[in-house]
Amino acid sequence: MTVGLVIVSHSARIAEGVVELAAQMAPTVRIAPAGGTDDGGIGTSFDAVQAALAAAETGDGVVVLCDLGSAVLTAETALDFAEDPERIRIADAPIVEGAVAAAVTAESGASLAEVLAAAEDRGAPVAEDAALPSVAAPAAAEDAAVVLEVVLRNEHGLHARPAAELVRTAGGYDARVTVNGVDAKSLLRVLALGLDRGSTARFEATGEQAAEAIAAIEALADADFGE
Amino acid sequence: MSGLDGAWTRRWIEAIAAEVAARKSELTSLDRAIGDGDHGENLDRGFQAVLGKLDALEADAAPGAVLKLVATTLISTVGGAAGPLYGTAFLKGAMAAGDRAELDARALVEVLTAARDGIVARGKAEPGDKTMVDAWSPAVDAAAAAGDDVRGVLEAAASAAEEGAAATEPLVAHKGRASYLGERAAGHRDPGAESTALILRAAAATS
Repeated sequence: MTVGLVIVSHSARIAEGVVELAAQMAPTVRIAPAGGTDDGGIGTSFDAVQAALAAAETGDGVVVLCDLGSAVLTAETALDFAEDPERIRIADAPIVEGAVAAAVTAESGASLAEVLAAAEDRGAPVAEDAALPSVAAPAAAEDAAVVLEVVLRNEHGLHARPAAELVRTAGGYDARVTVNGVDAKSLLRVLALGLDRGSTARFEATGEQAAEAIAAIEALADADFGE
Repeated sequence: MSGLDGAWTRRWIEAIAAEVAARKSELTSLDRAIGDGDHGENLDRGFQAVLGKLDALEADAAPGAVLKLVATTLISTVGGAAGPLYGTAFLKGAMAAGDRAELDARALVEVLTAARDGIVARGKAEPGDKTMVDAWSPAVDAAAAAGDDVRGVLEAAASAAEEGAAATEPLVAHKGRASYLGERAAGHRDPGAESTALILRAAAATS
C-alpha cells in the first residue's frame, strides 16, 4: 500500500479540486478531501477531517495538507483525538503544490517521512540545490556518475505529468539521480527547472542502481515520458 | 456561594449560549472588519448545539463532565478557528477539573489556566498578537491574584478579559485571518478576544 493524503480546505470545492489534480498523477494513492463545514458552508469540519483520515489510512500513514489557519487547527485537534497520532503528519506546505508533490512521492511507494519531506520541499532555486555537496562536489564525480542527455520532444516540455513520470521512475531505484543538477526525485524541483520542448535534460545517477536508473529514464524519454 | 458545582457549570454554559445568540451580529461585524465575518454565527451554532446535548447529560454531572461535553461539541460544530481553539480550552479545562464535584477558587484558577494554556498551545499566539490570548492571559493572571473567593476570582477574570479585549483595538494582528490585513487591522477590536470576555463575563454573572 502507499501513504495516504488528506486535503483540508475551507472550501469543499478546493479540497475536491486538489484531490482531482493530485490523483491524476497518483492513481493508486488514497487521497481524501475534507473541505467545508458539515452544512456545506465555508469553514472546516472536525468530523469531516476525522472521516477523511480514516479513509486515507492504509496502514502506512497519512500526510495532511491544509489551506488557511483553522484548517491547520482543526487537523491538529483531530490529531489529539487520533488513536495513533504518530502515523499522521501535517505538512507545512502550500496545499496545491504540496499535495501534488506528496501524491507523486507516495505513488512511488515512499515512506511517511519521505512523503512529508516531498510536500514540504518548496522547490528551491536550481543554484541552491546545486550547492548541495552530494550533487556538485567533486566526490560525486569521482563516484563515476552514469550520464544521459536527452533533448525533450514533448510539446510542453517537462511539465507536471511527464515530470511526475520521471520522479516516479527515479524514485524506484537505489540511486541518487539528478536532472540538470537538481534532485530528480523531487517533483517541485524538477518542475522549477522549467524545461521546455527542445531543451536538453542532463541526467546523472550515482549509487548502487545508477545504471538501471539511467536505463529506465532513457526508456521513459524514448516514450516521450508517457505522452 | 462556596464552590462551583455541575449545576452551576450548566447555568454558565446556558448563559453563554444566550449571550452569544443575543450578540451574534455584533461578534460577526467585528469579524467582518478584520476576518472572515463568521465568528458570531459559528459560535452561535456551536453553543446552540451544546444546549441540545446538555439535556442528555446525567443530572448530577460534575463540572468537568459538562466542560468536556462543551469541548467536543464545539470542536465538531463551530467550523472556524474558534472551534478547535475554544474546544481545546474547554477540553483542557475539563481535564484540570477532573471529577471534582465542586470547584473552589484554587481549582477554578487551575481550570482557567489550563484553558488558556490549551489555546496558546493550539493557536501558538502570544500576548500582543491581537487574538483571544490577549483576553485570556490577563484574565488568568487576575484570577490567580484574586484570592480564595470563587465569586471574586470570576469577577477578576471577567474584568481583566474585558480590558484585554478592549486593548486589542490599536494592535496589528500577527495571527489568524486578520494578520493578512497588516496595518489595516489596527483600530478594530479582535472578535475572539471579545467572545472570550463574553464567556468569562457570563461566568461572573451566573449565580
